[in-house]
Amino acid sequence: MNEISIETRALDLFYGDFQALTGITLDIPARQVTALIGPSGCGKSTLLRVFNRMNDLIDGVRISGEVIIGGENILTPATDLLALREKVGMVFQRPNPFPLSVYENIVFGLAVHRLARRNEYADIVEQALRSVLLWDDLKDRLHYSALKLSLEQQQRLCIARVLPLKPQILLMDEPCSALDPFATMHIEELMQELKKEYTIVIVTHNMQQAGRASDRTGFLYLGKLIEFDETVKIFTKPAQTMTENYISGRFG
Amino acid sequence: MPVHLQKEIDKLKKQIVLLAGSVEKRVADAVKSIDQRDAELAQRIKDTDQAIDQTEVEVEEECLKILALYQPVAMDLRFIVAVLKINSDLERIGDEAVNIAGRSLNINAYPKIEINFDLKTLARDVMAMLKRSLDALVNMDAVMAHAVIDSDDEIDETVRVLFQQVKNEVRRQPEKIDYMIEYMRINRHLERIADHATNIAEDIVYMIEGKIVRHNYET
Repeated sequence: MNEISIETRALDLFYGDFQALTGITLDIPARQVTALIGPSGCGKSTLLRVFNRMNDLIDGVRISGEVIIGGENILTPATDLLALREKVGMVFQRPNPFPLSVYENIVFGLAVHRLARRNEYADIVEQALRSVLLWDDLKDRLHYSALKLSLEQQQRLCIARVLPLKPQILLMDEPCSALDPFATMHIEELMQELKKEYTIVIVTHNMQQAGRASDRTGFLYLGKLIEFDETVKIFTKPAQTMTENYISGRFG
Repeated sequence: MPVHLQKEIDKLKKQIVLLAGSVEKRVADAVKSIDQRDAELAQRIKDTDQAIDQTEVEVEEECLKILALYQPVAMDLRFIVAVLKINSDLERIGDEAVNIAGRSLNINAYPKIEINFDLKTLARDVMAMLKRSLDALVNMDAVMAHAVIDSDDEIDETVRVLFQQVKNEVRRQPEKIDYMIEYMRINRHLERIADHATNIAEDIVYMIEGKIVRHNYET
């Protein structure tokens, strides 16, 4: 297998008394799209959020096991969360641009992380917008409010906003669920471009999307990783009956 | 159409066209091995059929993958369904080439006998028909596919005439019946190849026009 970007070992996660993840062990390959699928409440979003420690914000969360990114276990208290989130970017279900201009949305992270000089901003903004194929549409509207863009453009902007921080990993939690089919297709195509440089992990309710857009797919059920394999294998001849039943719509 | 589906379909088209090319060459070689009494060539066709079977499996898996991952619709769906069926016809044509090669080996075991049997014309017509069905596939040409379907009746007529010729030869030289039977079987194998070429053409018409034209029946 390719270089591994995220190694997860015997990961358990509890919300209070409720065990949301049980014994998750998986290797997410670098520069591929990995999809996590499963019915609501199966733990797929929880797992995604472990990868940049977003669950820390929830009271009563307990985690054990290991998640190794860049050779370090990110679950230790010593982990520098700011540095981690620089390396592991997140795109959410609903586009959530800051109520600022297009330009300011992109440089915001740079300012917080003090990653660039002010005179480098213009080039960085252009490069980020080009990566998500927004530059030609927005180059004359950089100082317009990001909230005035179409939903698809907003979602592209949210992806563009992560890129100047030079993350290695992009986490996407249902990034297309607020978008129409055409916008969805465009974001999926964008993912194919982005995976040349980034490791992408996507949580999706839409099994067809997992099929179309990912290289590997993990199926979770009741907090357990039931099967993890090449997407082609999962969608043509999965090893587990439970996976077969879920992807063919027999439950879930 | 999404870019990734387009890429997969282009790749599949290349695969099926390559398979078609190999199968076409094997039929031509099988016929040549009879004409030139080339046992080595005939044996080689028999020995290498596994490569065709292997490709057939790969094409089928590729089709299943595309159906499972991309849920193609309309023209793209008809393309995949047509490729699945054409794939199977091509594999069967490959088997017929092996059958002809087998007959060729048997014939080569006998001393050459002059018989009045016009195999060359039939072989030429069947190969031309197969070639046109494959050209129709490569060029997505429904007009040519219709022409292929129409030409099957002429092949059937030639086959009937040849069958009569073999019967006449058997009457004339009954002691050579084993030899004659080999020709009768080749006649049959070539006819089957023409039938598969017709199936391929029908699938191409379905793919392009969305019409089912087999069984002389239109929807």
